Amino acid sequence: MEHTIFILALPLLSFLILALAGMKLPHKVAGTIGTLSLATVTVLAYVTAAQYFGAGRGADGLFPTLVPYNFTWLPLTESLQIEMGIMLDPISVMMLMVISTVSLMVHIYSFGYMKGEKGFQRYYAFLSLFTFSMLGLVVATNIFQMYIFWELVGVSSYLLIGFYYTKKAAIAASKKAFIVTRFADLFFLVGILFYGYYAGTFSFEPDVRLLFSAGIVIPVALGLMFIGGAGKSAMFPLHIWLPDAMEGPTPVSALIHAATMVVAGVYLVARMFPIFIEFAPQVLHIIAYVGAFTALYAAVVACAQTDIKRVLAFSTISQIAFMMVALGVCTSDDPHAGGLGYMASMFHLFTHAMFKGLLFLGAGAIIHAVHSNERDCMGGLRKYMPVTHITFLIACLAIAGIFPFSGFFSKDEILTACYSYAPMMEVFMSGVAGLTAFYMFRLYFLIFWGKSYYESQLALFEKGRIEKKPHTPHEAPAAMLIPMVILAAISCLAGFIPFGEFITANGEAYEIHLNTGVAISSTLLAIIGIATATIMYMKGQNKVTLTMKVRSKKFIQAAYHRFYMDELWLFVTKKVIFRGISRPIAWFDKHAIDAFMDLLGSATQTFARQIRTFQSGNIQSYCIWFLHGVMILALILIFLV
Amino acid sequence: MNILNLFIVIPLIMLLALWASRNLRQTRSVMVVGSSLLLLLAIYLTTDFIAQRGAGADAEFLYAASWQWYAPMNICYSIGVDGISVAMILLSAIIVFTGTFASWRLQPMTKEFFLWYVLLSLGVFGFFISTDLFTMFMFYETALIPMYLLIGVWGSGRKEYSAMKLTLMLMGGSAFLLMGILGIYFGSGATTMNIMEIAALANIPVNVQYIFFPIIFLGFGVLGALFPFHTWSPDGHASAPTSVSMLHAGVLMKLGGYGCFRVAMYLLPQAANDLAWIFIILTTISVVYGALSAISQTDLKYINAYSSVSHCGLVLFALLMMTRTSCTGAILQMLSHGLMTALFFALIGMIYGRTHTRDIHELSGLMKIMPFLSVGYIIAGLANLGLPGFSGFVAEMTIFVGSFEQPDIFHRTVTIIACTSIVITAVYILRVVGKILYGECRNEHHLALSDATWDERFTVICLIICVAGLGIAPMWVSNLIDGGVGNIFTILHP
Amino acid sequence: MIPAEYYLVLAALLFFIGVFGFFTRRNLLGVLISTELVLNAVDINFAVFNAYYFPEHLEGFFFTMFAIGIAASETAVAIAIILNVYRNMRTIRLKELKKLKF
Repeated sequence: MEHTIFILALPLLSFLILALAGMKLPHKVAGTIGTLSLATVTVLAYVTAAQYFGAGRGADGLFPTLVPYNFTWLPLTESLQIEMGIMLDPISVMMLMVISTVSLMVHIYSFGYMKGEKGFQRYYAFLSLFTFSMLGLVVATNIFQMYIFWELVGVSSYLLIGFYYTKKAAIAASKKAFIVTRFADLFFLVGILFYGYYAGTFSFEPDVRLLFSAGIVIPVALGLMFIGGAGKSAMFPLHIWLPDAMEGPTPVSALIHAATMVVAGVYLVARMFPIFIEFAPQVLHIIAYVGAFTALYAAVVACAQTDIKRVLAFSTISQIAFMMVALGVCTSDDPHAGGLGYMASMFHLFTHAMFKGLLFLGAGAIIHAVHSNERDCMGGLRKYMPVTHITFLIACLAIAGIFPFSGFFSKDEILTACYSYAPMMEVFMSGVAGLTAFYMFRLYFLIFWGKSYYESQLALFEKGRIEKKPHTPHEAPAAMLIPMVILAAISCLAGFIPFGEFITANGEAYEIHLNTGVAISSTLLAIIGIATATIMYMKGQNKVTLTMKVRSKKFIQAAYHRFYMDELWLFVTKKVIFRGISRPIAWFDKHAIDAFMDLLGSATQTFARQIRTFQSGNIQSYCIWFLHGVMILALILIFLV
Repeated sequence: MNILNLFIVIPLIMLLALWASRNLRQTRSVMVVGSSLLLLLAIYLTTDFIAQRGAGADAEFLYAASWQWYAPMNICYSIGVDGISVAMILLSAIIVFTGTFASWRLQPMTKEFFLWYVLLSLGVFGFFISTDLFTMFMFYETALIPMYLLIGVWGSGRKEYSAMKLTLMLMGGSAFLLMGILGIYFGSGATTMNIMEIAALANIPVNVQYIFFPIIFLGFGVLGALFPFHTWSPDGHASAPTSVSMLHAGVLMKLGGYGCFRVAMYLLPQAANDLAWIFIILTTISVVYGALSAISQTDLKYINAYSSVSHCGLVLFALLMMTRTSCTGAILQMLSHGLMTALFFALIGMIYGRTHTRDIHELSGLMKIMPFLSVGYIIAGLANLGLPGFSGFVAEMTIFVGSFEQPDIFHRTVTIIACTSIVITAVYILRVVGKILYGECRNEHHLALSDATWDERFTVICLIICVAGLGIAPMWVSNLIDGGVGNIFTILHP
Repeated sequence: MIPAEYYLVLAALLFFIGVFGFFTRRNLLGVLISTELVLNAVDINFAVFNAYYFPEHLEGFFFTMFAIGIAASETAVAIAIILNVYRNMRTIRLKELKKLKF
């Protein structure tokens, strides 16, 4: 497994090359360097996976945890040190595959999407940096290494969201993304500090006795870590950065804000799962409730968005919440008895990365074609973009959970896990899944069906109403289509992977079997959702839609504004922190503390002015003072000494 | 010949040579040769020190030597270095070297500027190599006085006011210091001024310690921008010319932290243990308060100066936490902050030199106009907010992990409060980056400006390499300073 | 024989007259004369103490002689200064001689 070092080294190397020499390279060369290194990484990742899983289970019936590299990077205390290394276990190997696949697809796709953009080299440099950090995160051997790479993915996300750095919205979005996640990271860090102190190590396999003696602190630490994860994984109310992050280039959204970075929070909880289940099951259940609420919230908001990328962003939030719920409903680490959620969550992470990446790439192709994010500028595109249409439809079916697409299997496992925790949870989550089907197909119909915006514009142009001839939508170039087709193929087939064979909470093999009741009911709900969307949106804005709109105007408005969470964020940052805390402190510093120092200065000056009249120049008054002095001295000498 | 003497001799020769130099060319060559020599010497010292330690030299101070120059008060010129001082000397040499290039085109009176500049660095080097209280104090004063002229003459804005304020406040601090030094001298029996000997005697009565620990800590704390004695820093930095800001924030403020550690805590350990909580509260306030006030500043240098308050507050904070790790972290933070702030001030100076404004509302879209400086600024910003891979992260994490070793509620609470500064730092850094670098340039006069010249590029690249080097390979520095910290630590926790 | 106290009272009177004059005279010459009075008071004291209490010694008389000498030279110097002041300032009134101040 020594070759795994190249999985990290190659993206880093390509980042360094592109960052240092990038501006001098032609676009093609820069892109090729990035893509080639990523292709190699992908091959290596698959080889690693094949070797790892191919080697089979050890004597104890588990896949071994391999640590091919580990060195002490920074010694801190006698027991604590920051180590850097590579750890391979089922979930990290799975993540390696997911990340390298999606990243490679995005690298190829970007050749078409970013063609001719200024800063093309910079773009590829950042992509390499991101891939490096994300890979480093998943193979981390200890929580602190994870934190280090966690920060690095944060910053690469910041740089990529702000890629169009002249766009105001992009600047604001990148700032917001970084600060919100940084805020969450603060809790993560404090959690790590607690954990490190009481466990006496940063590694994922601490001394259990120490943890037992730490008592309540460990659940607290784990809860704090979850807040960090919630920040990255956009759980309510820390989700506010993710929709805005869509200001970045679309392939970036596909890679970072759909498939990989945003699931880092889920990965964190999964990584710490053994400790969670042992010491803090109650925290896990809190995670489940937070996740369930987020799933519903995001699904509702997604129904009212008009920007197609925003819809996808909220759908991402909702789907990640599904994964969180799945982890949260676990009551043990035995997949046969309440520990199914772990496997379900990882499974969903895997399938979701593929179909959500595909959705974003599809959205990118559409935006590329119509030069707008707004659904009003779309409609009827299926004629013009047949391949995109088909792949998008596949992805929609996958996310809606229709047999035999991959989403069906993973979602079904999640719902089964929910059912074993609490039937109500299953009902609730199935409802959300139905809603998912509805808003995804709403999106699908609005884009590909209904009245064509292009045709109506063209008609107007021919009548002479508008000056400019509208731009004809066109199918995306091959560089963009190939990744989409590949991802679509994976989305179709991934459901049949015997996922439970490889990844379960306790490491033992688990044969996935469908829970018929759950499967039927959830499929039914999904079909209802799709049907509703078909009725409402297939032929464009029809009667039903309009009445709906008028009837629940207020609610739709509120959902469109994401229930005013962003206003709350603005209020907190602008009004409270900036005007309410920072300004007064700056004022206080200037007018109280600094003024006090100035006062010392001016007081000295005033005092000096006062006493300088003694220095009158009048010799006789000097003499009188002298005489007084002599007399006082004389008196002292006579009477006191 | 003791190698440490060269750190005094070279600046002295530089002073003479500068005095004799006839034109700009000669002045520059003297500076380049001299500061490169100092840098090479510092690098040699570092490697040699590590080699000697590796070879088993376990004396507390290496290269120790002593010459008496005022017998009645037992004042000696005694020198010697441990890991901490070596690290500080290296830092100073780097900053002096890069500062030379940062003031390459400084006008007018270049020669006089460099004269004072070299005198200032002489004081700094002298301070770090001294092991005699009085000699140390003397060099400390030598470093302070040139500051007044450097800011007052070559500064910008309200320079006279700032120079006066800075000098008076720091002089106030050194008055405390002198009191404290005399207190230690007489408290320990008035037989020696040598730090090692006083520490070995360990005979200062506890009640005397209680009096003089706060006095010395405050005296050095003023220089380390301890709340509420930090207000010289924003005004001073804002008015100072670029390389002086670099040297001041990069090195001079470190004198404060170094002194607190070496003198206050090392010689008065009992009081340090008992009275630390007062200063922990003050430094915690410094950390958060500095960061919060940085958010609403509009002058680039003010932002950075407040950020320095916050980061230097963290240095003192970590020292007072008094665990071995946190003290190592404090030294790391001194190094890291020195390099980062020097980088920041250099960049701000370069931007100011072109645009003639530091108001963030008047600057915008610089990324397109001066890409090199902007990228440098972003890197400096990311380093400042503690991105892994840069020195800030290493230092902060060491501090926080170290502070967490103190298991009581008080220490935990203040540590968590101090941790919040990493978020606040992100806020003000990104605010500035978003405002001045990104977006479209709104001022058409700025469109014609040029990017960095070769000397500026050299400065920036040197500093970035140092910051990244310390961030990627921190272990050698932590090995270097560990011995020094260990010695002091054993005295603090007998 | 006249008791010593008489001389001493005389000396004290002279002394304080001198001091009073020193503080109140507006003219530099007046101040100088007052100084002479103070010195003379001291001379008397020296002489009297010597004559009455330590007749076998002569230090008091010597000191008196010495003080008289000093007073003479001091007067010479002082008058020279006063003359110079007058030349430069055209006045020797103390109220107007206030250049030596802040």
